[in-house]
Amino acid sequence: MTAPGTRKVAVVGSGPSGFYAAEALLEAGAEVDVIERLPTPFGLVRFGVAPDHPKLKSVCQNFTQIAGHERFAFFGNVALGRDVTIDELRGFYDAVVIASGASADRKLGVPGEHLPGSWSATEFVSWYNGHPDFRNRTFDFSCEAAVILGHGNVAIDVCRILSKSVDELRRTDICAHALEALAESRIRDVHLVGRRGPAQAKWTAKELREIGMLAEADVVLDESDLALGATCEAELADPRGVTPAQSFKILRTFQGRPRERSKAVHLHFNLSPRVLEGAGRVERVLFDRCRLSGGPFSQVADPTGETVSLKAGAVFRSVGYKGVATDGVPFDGRSGTIPHERGRVMDGDAPADGLYVAGWIKRGPSGVIGVNRACSLETVETMLSDFADRPPSQAPGRDALRSALAARAVRPVDFTSWMRIDEAEVEAGAALGKPREKFTSVDKMLAAAFAGSGPVPQSCCA
Amino acid sequence: MTHVVTENCQACRFTDCVTVCPVACFHGDDERLYIDPEVCVDCSACISACPVGAIKEEFDLSDDEERWIEINASRAPDLPVIRSKQSPLPTAEARRSELGLN
Ligand SMILES: Cc1cc2nc3c(=O)[nH]c(=O)nc-3n(C[C@H](O)[C@H](O)[C@H](O)COP(=O)(O)OP(=O)(O)OC[C@H]3O[C@@H](n4cnc5c(N)ncnc54)[C@H](O)[C@@H]3O)c2cc1C
Ligand code: SF4
Ligand code: SF4
Repeated sequence: MTAPGTRKVAVVGSGPSGFYAAEALLEAGAEVDVIERLPTPFGLVRFGVAPDHPKLKSVCQNFTQIAGHERFAFFGNVALGRDVTIDELRGFYDAVVIASGASADRKLGVPGEHLPGSWSATEFVSWYNGHPDFRNRTFDFSCEAAVILGHGNVAIDVCRILSKSVDELRRTDICAHALEALAESRIRDVHLVGRRGPAQAKWTAKELREIGMLAEADVVLDESDLALGATCEAELADPRGVTPAQSFKILRTFQGRPRERSKAVHLHFNLSPRVLEGAGRVERVLFDRCRLSGGPFSQVADPTGETVSLKAGAVFRSVGYKGVATDGVPFDGRSGTIPHERGRVMDGDAPADGLYVAGWIKRGPSGVIGVNRACSLETVETMLSDFADRPPSQAPGRDALRSALAARAVRPVDFTSWMRIDEAEVEAGAALGKPREKFTSVDKMLAAAFAGSGPVPQSCCA
Repeated sequence: MTHVVTENCQACRFTDCVTVCPVACFHGDDERLYIDPEVCVDCSACISACPVGAIKEEFDLSDDEERWIEINASRAPDLPVIRSKQSPLPTAEARRSELGLN
């Protein structure tokens, strides 16, 4: 049992930022309940990180260790806004950290964007990674060329998955339904198109390098795209920008490579999409060729008047993510984030009492897994300094949450029940030589979670 | 492949790097930090966090820097893990200026 007066904190979202906030809070002596909409924890580490990057997924072992703490509890299958309100949580706990991520996709805002054959990278990624909300999407890979709009790591992930052979993917945790559909793919040419130049690309050197090491695809680029203006040279020379300079070096190694393989990844720069065209479905994308103007690190792409057309039967836009608003929590719709000061949620000029924010929903959708750790540490530091001025906790904490959920017949998935899902997935994967075969529906997840335990409790009449 | 801390970390130790590491693979002595290659998951988060560009992917090392692979691998396991931001060494700011990074 926890000592009287122990601070009780609810963390909404079990992605990296939620777990790192939990870790810091546990170290500070608090009792922490992580509330997650899905029966499965880990957020985008499970549903975003590419299946062919297994090493990164080992961060889940660190999260599992955090979950093993005696003052930690997991409430999977419980959504803020659906099963519990923010006002209830604020009543049950001393503080609430919103760490719900930012996984809604942004639109391009160009005509033709809604034609069949045009998708967001988010939909595709969530589908091949088995997110239950995306299981029933269908993608058509019967065309020969695909265009990916955007020059970030997610765009590269999509490019790799489209360009790898089924044999290269078979032993990853990519979902069986995706593997099956990709096996029928006729895509040979993948165009990775960015609005600005090679010095502004947002990908990391490591991801870019991988594109040059694909078994079946060559990298093709136009040498003239690597001729940099003085402003771009200045950006690359900045000692703080190690990454862009490193990726530029890698781009140079791609220059003039022979074409020997059956597939190709074409890197295009300075092309801004103007319209997606086709009769009843996407057939081509029309771009404005652009030129950069402005000072270092604030260059913008201006159309030169020239247009370029690329044939493509499939278009994936990877132009960013945004968060979604929660009832009762301040939200900035423009940036898709929750306004805050060092993690303390701000309602106009005043702090929203007991409400904090961490991760992508705080900073916006950028930064790799580890960046969320520094972000959550900042939030927890702020919270602890706020706690310092307050009397010991009187909050009822998890007992109150449990009763509220029971009254609504919501059966939470605790961490032990998640481990049952995990075990069943690993077992199903082993039969196929894969690290795991994911359940792709909430019902199946729940069935595995509660296998061998009693029926779902019915709501009582109290 | 792994990530390694190189020369520039000398006498600096701002430790901005450790707060972004998702897996606690930094170890340190009084002088500098080292990455345990057995634990590092190659996420690259630390590269852009280091204010003096001391961390590199093994792949990007120059010939002179190759020796740091062995230094990191052999030193790290025997030293304590550094997970939270330490006070910078007194020499830190001077080191940053010396490298022209202010
Ligand atoms: C396609 C893709 C690939 C990536 N690849 C890499 C990579 O290779 N390496 C790397 O380091 N980083 C990668 N990242 C970045 C990394 O995934 C993010 O930095 C990180 O996941 C953000 O953490 P978060 O906790 O803020 O959000 P998330 O991971 O999105 O977690 C948010 C959680 O909150 C839950 N939630 C949302 N709303 C509610 C609600 N109302 N109630 C309860 N729970 C809720 C969600 O279900 C989710 O589990 C990738 C990201 C994407 C999109
Ligand atoms: S931030 Fe850079 S210089 Fe500072 S301790 Fe880490 S590696 Fe060394
Ligand atoms: S690359 Fe990632 S895992 Fe490796 S030391 Fe840097 S932050 Fe840690």
